[in-house]
Amino acid sequence: MEKHAILEKSGWLLVAGILVTVAIGGLVEIIPLFTIESTVEEVEGVRPYTPLELAGRNIYVREGCYVCHSQMIRPFRDEVERYGHYSIAAESMYDHPFQWGSKRTGPDLARVGGKYSNEWHVAHLMDPRSVVPESVMPPYAFMLDRAVDDPDIAAHLRANRAVGVPYTDEMIESARADLRAQADPEGDHAALLARYPKAAVGDFDGNPRRLTEMDALVAYLQILGRMVDFTDPVTVGQ
Amino acid sequence: MLRFLVVSVAFYGMSTFEGPLMSVRQVNALSHYTDWTIGHVHSGALGWVALISFGAVYFLVQNLWRRERLYSLRLVEWHFWIATLGIVLYVTAMWVSGIMQGLMWRSYDELGFLQYSFLETVEAMHPFYVIRALGGLLFLIGALVMVYNCWRTIRGEVRAEEPMARPAPAPAE
Repeated sequence: MEKHAILEKSGWLLVAGILVTVAIGGLVEIIPLFTIESTVEEVEGVRPYTPLELAGRNIYVREGCYVCHSQMIRPFRDEVERYGHYSIAAESMYDHPFQWGSKRTGPDLARVGGKYSNEWHVAHLMDPRSVVPESVMPPYAFMLDRAVDDPDIAAHLRANRAVGVPYTDEMIESARADLRAQADPEGDHAALLARYPKAAVGDFDGNPRRLTEMDALVAYLQILGRMVDFTDPVTVGQ
Repeated sequence: MLRFLVVSVAFYGMSTFEGPLMSVRQVNALSHYTDWTIGHVHSGALGWVALISFGAVYFLVQNLWRRERLYSLRLVEWHFWIATLGIVLYVTAMWVSGIMQGLMWRSYDELGFLQYSFLETVEAMHPFYVIRALGGLLFLIGALVMVYNCWRTIRGEVRAEEPMARPAPAPAE
């Protein structure tokens, strides 16, 4: 106790002590991040988002969907039965930031892709109570009126590349064309699918002539959980 | 004023104890993604941070404006009890709703199927959200009482009032 008084009476000594303590805590948390390259195993099928999916993901973030919906299925029997195969790290490796969420006011969306039709999603987003009477989700009908034909979409791809998403030069060059093609029933889907396998193509929002935020968001929702083929035992390493 | 500080420390202790508890794997398996987390955060935010701030604001307003005393000590007392009641309603509603939802997610019927759909948990939480809203409203009303009290204090007014009736302390035997 006598010796502790020295520390308590000298401000600078105390500050130095605090710095050392905080530095140790910080290092313990930061150093493991440098090994992230080797700790996240690459899994077959995980690819960067298409420009339209990325635009949809930006809307997902903008509207705060993650506040009520998680995208992380925990490895518990009840969660796997309810939502599907538990989430693996590689599935979030191109998410900046990740969308695991911290609260489920609504259900988990990690594997919502392909679970419902595009028409269902549009009806649900316009008026959730029309398809799920007990729902407490707010309506997002305005997305149907907002164009998403972003001339700067290539910049979004470049920003993601800067933080480690492997977008190629070709992907960035054709970003605007890919953005339009994915939701266009007559678009060049072969080129798009060569770049981004398994992408859902065609009109999403019920209006093939307009490219809206609804197209983008539904395209994003439809790819969630669909990139990895969990029926392939080699893929999931079992 | 002292009372705000004492109760805030009680909430501080409670939520800092609750935090490590919730990080235990078995507890987190139940609490994660539910309202339990929300209740925990609010017992820290309303119980600790807000109450200690209220106590500090009352002290500072009186001293910065060099007033004899606050406009009304009875209103301070009202604020204290309204706010405390609000927090207690809020936090307990979130505890119950969170634990209930966590248990509903993982419960199975006798045939081995999941017993509840996600929507049934949403419906079951409804009454607790009403209690939560009521608790939050009480807390807000308490804060408005404080604003009114501080405003009158800054204007230099002192309310002529009797102190709240208190039970006489029992004499030591």
